[in-house]
Amino acid sequence: MKQRLMRFTLWKVVFFAIMAAGLYATVLRFTRGLGASTNLSDRFPWGIWIGFDVLCGVMLAAGGFTLMAAVHIFHIERFKPIIRPTVLTAFLGYLLVCVALMYDLGRYYRIWHPLVMRNPHSVMFEVAWCVMLYTTVLALEFAPIVFERLRLEKPLRILRAVSIPLVILGVILSTLHQSSLGSLYLIMPNKLYPLWYSPLLPVFFFISAIGIGLAMTIFESYMSSKYFHRQLELPLLSELGRILAVVLSVYAVLRFEDLYHRGALKLVLQPRYETYLFLLEVVVGLLLPIAMLFRRRIRESTGGLYLAAVLTVLGFITNRLNVSITGMEGAAGLHYIPKWTEMAVTAMIIAGGFALFGLATKYLPIFPEKGEPAEAAAVVVRRRAVEQQPVAGD
Amino acid sequence: MSKAILYDATLCIDCKLCEQACAERNHLPYNDTVAAEQVQSAHKYTVVLAKGDKFMRRLCMNCDDPTCASVCPVGAMRKTKEGPVIYEEARCMGCRYCMVACPFGVPKYQWNKVLPAVCKCDMCADRVLAGKMTACAEVCPTGATKFGERDELIAEAKQRLHDNPGNYVNHIYGLDEVGGTSVLLLSSLPFETFGYRTDLVREPLPLFTFRVLSRIPDLVGLGGVLLGGVWWITNRRSKVAAAEGKTNADEKEK
Ligand code: SF4
Ligand code: SF4
Repeated sequence: MKQRLMRFTLWKVVFFAIMAAGLYATVLRFTRGLGASTNLSDRFPWGIWIGFDVLCGVMLAAGGFTLMAAVHIFHIERFKPIIRPTVLTAFLGYLLVCVALMYDLGRYYRIWHPLVMRNPHSVMFEVAWCVMLYTTVLALEFAPIVFERLRLEKPLRILRAVSIPLVILGVILSTLHQSSLGSLYLIMPNKLYPLWYSPLLPVFFFISAIGIGLAMTIFESYMSSKYFHRQLELPLLSELGRILAVVLSVYAVLRFEDLYHRGALKLVLQPRYETYLFLLEVVVGLLLPIAMLFRRRIRESTGGLYLAAVLTVLGFITNRLNVSITGMEGAAGLHYIPKWTEMAVTAMIIAGGFALFGLATKYLPIFPEKGEPAEAAAVVVRRRAVEQQPVAGD
Repeated sequence: MSKAILYDATLCIDCKLCEQACAERNHLPYNDTVAAEQVQSAHKYTVVLAKGDKFMRRLCMNCDDPTCASVCPVGAMRKTKEGPVIYEEARCMGCRYCMVACPFGVPKYQWNKVLPAVCKCDMCADRVLAGKMTACAEVCPTGATKFGERDELIAEAKQRLHDNPGNYVNHIYGLDEVGGTSVLLLSSLPFETFGYRTDLVREPLPLFTFRVLSRIPDLVGLGGVLLGGVWWITNRRSKVAAAEGKTNADEKEK
């Protein structure tokens, strides 16, 4: 008990340290400007706030639409127990992406401009609209949980009535902007390094978003089992792992075919900085998890499955950073290393996300079977999962 | 009728009068320190680069189909039919996509300001629209920077290449780079020497995104029908599940 208490306070100290550093960096950012608070320059105008906070943030929130589609459109009902934590993660993810954007935009107070000033030829314009609409959709998908807690029956009923169109809208919006984040780079065939530039970028970004959605679900389930003592049954997760293996394989084959047809495959032999990061991304973050997930023994063990999911997530984070940073450094003729302020803000945003998640799980019925009155429901969920095991297993 | 600038590096004497005129027209400070800077920046829209006794100007190419205008989400960059690509500061939200995307690395940012703006040469849009020539062309003492109709300047550049082939690299830079630009360059040294990429595509870059963006409306329609259809097909199972969910809720009540 005492040990647990100490661990708890330790985390609190770390959390407040991160927050303090982040707030100080925030003050610097908004009083001194981007030049003083970042390592961005005319030659390298986009750094980790775009490459990590926005690109990876949106990607990591992909679990929301993947699972919503699986449960509500394809009616794979057995994933229902994890839908709330996933929607919550997605919602928080998008909110945090918007926060990060406020730091990155030079004129953050004009963030609403795309609403009234339109340039439909711009991918950024499309992304702005999709992210905005999708954040709203996520808010509406999340709202029932709040209403339930507050026992507001009427709005609850209204939202339930439109829930299916809402889900469909959400899936379409996600598809659009997940892929569009890749399209952002289509216009730079002469700038982005050929290991990453491809006319198929939007397709890659979309497929990887689905992969990430699955991997994050496995990852989150593991985390929530650790901290909230609630997780999905392993057979269910193994099944997700099986789908993930297929999605990753499709992605890998497409990637290599594309590299081959563009004649970029030979670049892998050049001893360059880009090559090493490419290999890290593809070998450790893609081929290795595929190899792991296709092995039944690994897929059906908690540790192995979790490791494969984490590798996948890290692999795609590397991919996004490679596209947005590594691949752009050659054309810029410099190496970009984020300034401490950039990292402090990013760390603060992530820590804030975790804190909000913790708060939400504490006060809202995110894991419905937690706590006393929901005990019965939990039994039902578990029983249902058990009943479905023959389907879930081989 | 589209206007253009023809810069012939072989006529340039590095007097930097164009730099000075540009600074004046854009209300920017100009002194010896600024004159010595060999990069474009938020306070120096054009620069005369020197490699030994050879020179080369850099400025916004004022592309015919500008990448910056295509990527800007709020339409702050715009090509005028007279030639200049203009920037409307009041629209810009500072996403810097234009800077990332411009194939010539032209737009620069006021990194030191708390509320910065993008800076670039706009080919003296106000002057050109009023029928005058650009400030740089006006002051150029040798005619190295020449202002005129794009068609006529192209003909003239071709003539110069034809008359003195030994003087020049046989290429009019800007004739068809990324679909053509309103700034045309002639040089005796390879253009790469001064950081001008010669491997740029010959078609307008905005096409690269348009090919994808133009499919979106179709995809939305298709996706909506497809997803709705799948939902409808599997709906029966959902009804069963809903009934089950109700039992769950009932049990919760107790
Ligand atoms: S050179 Fe760059 S900034 Fe100038 S018009 Fe072309 S794309 Fe725009
Ligand atoms: S920085 Fe300004 S001008 Fe450039 S793309 Fe963004 S909004 Fe447009």
